[in-house]
Amino acid sequence: MSKFRKKKKGMPAVNTAALPDIVFMLLFFFMVTTTMRETTLKIDNPVLPTATEIKKLEHKSLVCTIYVGKSKDTGRDGEGYNKIQLNDKISTADQVPAFIIGAREKVSEAEVPFMTTSIKADKQSNVGTITDIRLKLRDVNALKISYSASPGAGN
Amino acid sequence: MARRENPEINAGSMADIAFLLLIFFLVTTTMNVDSGVSKKLSEKPPADYVPPIIKEKNIFVVLINRNNDLLVEEQPMDVKDLKEAAIKFIDNGGGIGTPGTDGTPGTPCDYCKGERSESSSDHPNKAIISVQSDRGTEYGTYIQVQNELLRAYSFLRNRLSNERYGISFDELEESYKDDRNNEDLKKKVEDIKKAYPQIISDAEPTS
Repeated sequence: MSKFRKKKKGMPAVNTAALPDIVFMLLFFFMVTTTMRETTLKIDNPVLPTATEIKKLEHKSLVCTIYVGKSKDTGRDGEGYNKIQLNDKISTADQVPAFIIGAREKVSEAEVPFMTTSIKADKQSNVGTITDIRLKLRDVNALKISYSASPGAGN
Repeated sequence: MARRENPEINAGSMADIAFLLLIFFLVTTTMNVDSGVSKKLSEKPPADYVPPIIKEKNIFVVLINRNNDLLVEEQPMDVKDLKEAAIKFIDNGGGIGTPGTDGTPGTPCDYCKGERSESSSDHPNKAIISVQSDRGTEYGTYIQVQNELLRAYSFLRNRLSNERYGISFDELEESYKDDRNNEDLKKKVEDIKKAYPQIISDAEPTS
């Protein structure tokens, strides 16, 4: 009988020594691949227009982003797709120059001409808002802009 | 009954599984690259700036109203026809181009394949596309129009580049990007860009 009893073992414990390695690896993977969103969006994630003639933005550190779209808190900020978000609050076009100058302070002077402003606007926003921003950008000589768009057929 | 030590499960293949997962994620996920239609704004004109007089025939007017309808050269048009119309206008080559900055006289466009009509643009470097939109125009439509115009330019640039260098302009630019110090490539890119300069002007919107 003792021969049979020998086989009757309980569940063997799984060796979890390698588990931390796997978890760390996954962690590093996500740290490397995902881009951190520096600002929390106060507007609904804009539905970007589609376009075919798009260029990738290089040098992430030289890009400052202006969001245009519909506010998440319509009770406080009002309805409509023309809310402008600078840094992490809803602003007006008048505050764009201050925003750009603030962003310029973070980069070295030699790199200022290469700075790009990315406008992430919702499809349903109005051109008037974009023009207001554009005029303000011109005032502070931020001439390189990129209208953020997702690649697609551009229907 | 004596308690026995449980034999350990062989975890040697755990690493293999983890690597498999890693490679799977690497292959399937796309990095979120920010991309968009790039544009260069014109500098702020001085207060006493007098805009140069440009012949009517060298301007291609695209109007977008608040209902997102297009009026191109006083004709209503669908967005999908805009590219063809723009190509026809830019590539017309009916006259002589702008004189060079060093005083060399302007030359007729010898690479244009347009109709050479008297009533359309003189030369690609004189052809101006003016986009005028309403404040209430939807941004999506505006980008669509910009995109169509850029497509017209890239079509012409690709065609010329294929003729001159046997390689499309997109590829030419791509290889120049990989090799910034290549003077030969730089010259080619500049040459094509000069032949078909992108002159798209955004007029102040009407309200």
